[in-house]
Amino acid sequence: MIDCVENRLLTSRRGLLLGGASFAAWAYLPKFARAADGRDPRLVVVILRGALDGLATVAPVGDPDYAGLHGSIALAADGAHPAIMLDTFFALHPAMPEFARMYRAQHAAVIHAVATPYRDRSHFDGQDVLESGYAGPGRVQSGWLNRALEALPRGERVSSGLAVGPTTPLVLRGNAPTVGWAPVALPQADDDTAMRLVDLYRHRDPALASALSQGLQLEKAASGDDMKPKPGNAVAQMRQVARGAAKLMAADDGPRIAALAFDGWDTHANEGGPVGRLAFLLGGLDGALAEFESGLGDRWRDTVVVVATEFGRTARINGTDGTDHGTATVALLAGGAVKGGRVISDWPGLKLANLFEARDLKPTTDLRSVIKGVLQGQFGLSDRVLAETVFPDSASARPMKGLVV
Amino acid sequence: MARDSQAALVALNRFGFGARGGASGDLINAASDPRGFVKAELARPFGALLEAPGLQSTPQLGQAAFAYQDQVKQAREAAAKAGAPAESPPQAPADQKLRRNLSLNTVATEIAAGQMAEAKPADSAMKPDGMQPNAAAPAAAKPAQPLNVIQKTFRAEALARLQRATLVECGFTERLVVFWSNHFCISANKGELARMWAGAFEREAIRPHVLGRFADMLKAVEQHPAMLFFLDNQQSLGPDSRAGQNRKRGLNENLAREIMELHTLGVGGGYTQEDVTSLARIITGWTFAGRQGQLGAPGSFVFNANAHQPGPQLLLGKTYEAIGLAQGEAALGDIARHLSTANFIATKFVRHFVADDPPPALVARLRDVFVRTDGDLKALATAIVDSDEAWKAPLTKMRSPYDFVIASGRLLARVPEDPGGYLGNLNLLGQPLWTPAGPNGFPDTSAAWAAPEGMKLRLDIASQMGARLGPNIDPLDLLEFAAADAASTETRKTIERAESRQQALALLLMSPELQRR
Repeated sequence: MIDCVENRLLTSRRGLLLGGASFAAWAYLPKFARAADGRDPRLVVVILRGALDGLATVAPVGDPDYAGLHGSIALAADGAHPAIMLDTFFALHPAMPEFARMYRAQHAAVIHAVATPYRDRSHFDGQDVLESGYAGPGRVQSGWLNRALEALPRGERVSSGLAVGPTTPLVLRGNAPTVGWAPVALPQADDDTAMRLVDLYRHRDPALASALSQGLQLEKAASGDDMKPKPGNAVAQMRQVARGAAKLMAADDGPRIAALAFDGWDTHANEGGPVGRLAFLLGGLDGALAEFESGLGDRWRDTVVVVATEFGRTARINGTDGTDHGTATVALLAGGAVKGGRVISDWPGLKLANLFEARDLKPTTDLRSVIKGVLQGQFGLSDRVLAETVFPDSASARPMKGLVV
Repeated sequence: MARDSQAALVALNRFGFGARGGASGDLINAASDPRGFVKAELARPFGALLEAPGLQSTPQLGQAAFAYQDQVKQAREAAAKAGAPAESPPQAPADQKLRRNLSLNTVATEIAAGQMAEAKPADSAMKPDGMQPNAAAPAAAKPAQPLNVIQKTFRAEALARLQRATLVECGFTERLVVFWSNHFCISANKGELARMWAGAFEREAIRPHVLGRFADMLKAVEQHPAMLFFLDNQQSLGPDSRAGQNRKRGLNENLAREIMELHTLGVGGGYTQEDVTSLARIITGWTFAGRQGQLGAPGSFVFNANAHQPGPQLLLGKTYEAIGLAQGEAALGDIARHLSTANFIATKFVRHFVADDPPPALVARLRDVFVRTDGDLKALATAIVDSDEAWKAPLTKMRSPYDFVIASGRLLARVPEDPGGYLGNLNLLGQPLWTPAGPNGFPDTSAAWAAPEGMKLRLDIASQMGARLGPNIDPLDLLEFAAADAASTETRKTIERAESRQQALALLLMSPELQRR
């Protein structure tokens, strides 16, 4: 006799694959949803874990030092895969045609040379700072988005039938209740994690390296290139999560505020230029933004999507055609409520003397100012609440004006 | 005293279930006195026993199973009379808590309090494509059937075992339990009674003797209803016994063969087919009382003289006089003390704890201990801990799936509250609890557990644990708890450079330091 439950487990294993992505949303319909001006604002925060290469996403092709620093993976305005010029100086990665379209329609904007207050290079701590909203790392258990929600008038309960996912991003964790979903089936480990483990085994435990490689159905290790991650899954997952989240948020009684996290941006080796690993991931992000646009329908008009990452990557590529942990990077805004069509940047330049610690793009804009600007524009949160509660001790980072229509 | 982290890994991983996270101090304690840390558990005389509220004896469980089977039968008959399709049998009300947690991968089922304001129905699955915000019940998850008494019992027994393994200090005694339970395995897939009794069998026949005498464990095992059912001895009748004559039926050699081949002498241990048949005759009448209770309390071991082959039997060159139950007990006693048994057990023991290719000198020493102490299993366990080989042999053994899931839970300091996730993961990884494919138990070599698909699945599971628990832990702290300075530079760097805590935790759980023992 076989236990029915364990049976179900075996058959459902290859069900839903959402390994590298998660979603959670606020559980209440805010009071402002039926405000007099008819606006029904929505906010989506997309966290890119692993540190996005801002110089590869929105390339300063007009900076004379860019091509030399980014070397073999630098984008160019010409060639087989030309980057998409956003203005005369910045060019968007060619894997992001949807974002380019939104940008041209003035529904998307880029903030460049932006960073959180964190100045070291640990992913974990950097993500803590990015998501907690505190000035430094620490074991904080609530995120800035949740604290922003607490400051809003609470409306009716939404979507009580939804399961809470186990991976609510820190940014949305806290006292304000959230909903979300999580897949039940065993998601497969993402390719990046698998590759890192194979690499560790190669150095320490060849027998396990061989077994795991076979298990992953990869070619023999000798042909190095075959060990590159297969990004197909990750891209599909990003779109899938965004589609589901958009569907939820489009409903009249659906959540207005959501947070998603996409993993896999830690491109230390073989990052790729116009095509390659990062290009695939950016394509997934681009697809996710398009899913939000189409899924939200009329609600897109009142929506802002914020895309942010814990820090950037080195300006100069490393010895493995990738980039190491850096400092400043980009933040992206998309949505009908974005006052878009511009790259907002106090460009620091890429001359060696201008780089942060002679290696990273120097931060000239505080990411908290950007987020504060969005929160204020969408929900009318006061300077004081933003500076004391949402981002504690951040009075010096004033809300950026005019980000929202 | 000098601290030796490498020896601590041997103490904790080779002999135990790995370091516990949190404030346990396991690694430091083990590093200060590695041998003492392992042997401390052996000094607790009843340390292997497992009692928990609600766990019942084999006869009680047998009676509950019989009652359940009767209910099913009656319901079927009633339905047949009414001409309707059979309804499902009367069920006890479903335990909501159990039902809710029948999901996959819930190695740690609960999320830290306060992090989620909503309780999660963990078995709900939603496909974004079909998602309806107001859908009360997710379409992908079939409504869970209420658990019947057999499933509930299996889960309760499993949970008690999992909790014990997660909470104990070193885990050496529990590892011994797992070793002996696998040596004398039954399979829950044999039938409803086997599933019902799987946990009780281990509690009653294995645990009391893990630090006792091999001969006592052997007798307890071969007289346990679960073993008699698993290897069909309750069907075996002496051809010349009254029952055999009446029913024109006879011997079933299954149990007798496995006693000699798998439990004691081992293949090539010096027995012949004649000996197998002879032992089968000797243990005819070893059975358990059925639901009618004619022979005794239903579900208890009984000697049925009516089924016992009369007359003396020649076994391994010795004649055993016809003295009923005592004939078989005398035979088992001699087999337990046979030199082949000592050799077989010593070899298997060293293979399990030290190396796939057991060092011959160590095997010989353990065999001598076994012989000299009349099969004192505590002496055997002490001897292997005292050996040099066990501490010098490189950590090349692969953690079994059970070791892996227990060690992970310990390191993460998660006490299981529902066995569903563990059972699911063990199924997935090819080591379903108390359910080996055959009476030879689960394999005990690295090759078996380091297979490609198994490694891939381990990674998937580790990744899932990372996604669930990663946000709330510091993977580098855990590396300190698990290995400290015995961790390789590469492992440390791999974890440090992970792109998220989630990924770092998955990589830590999959690191050679946590996979090898």
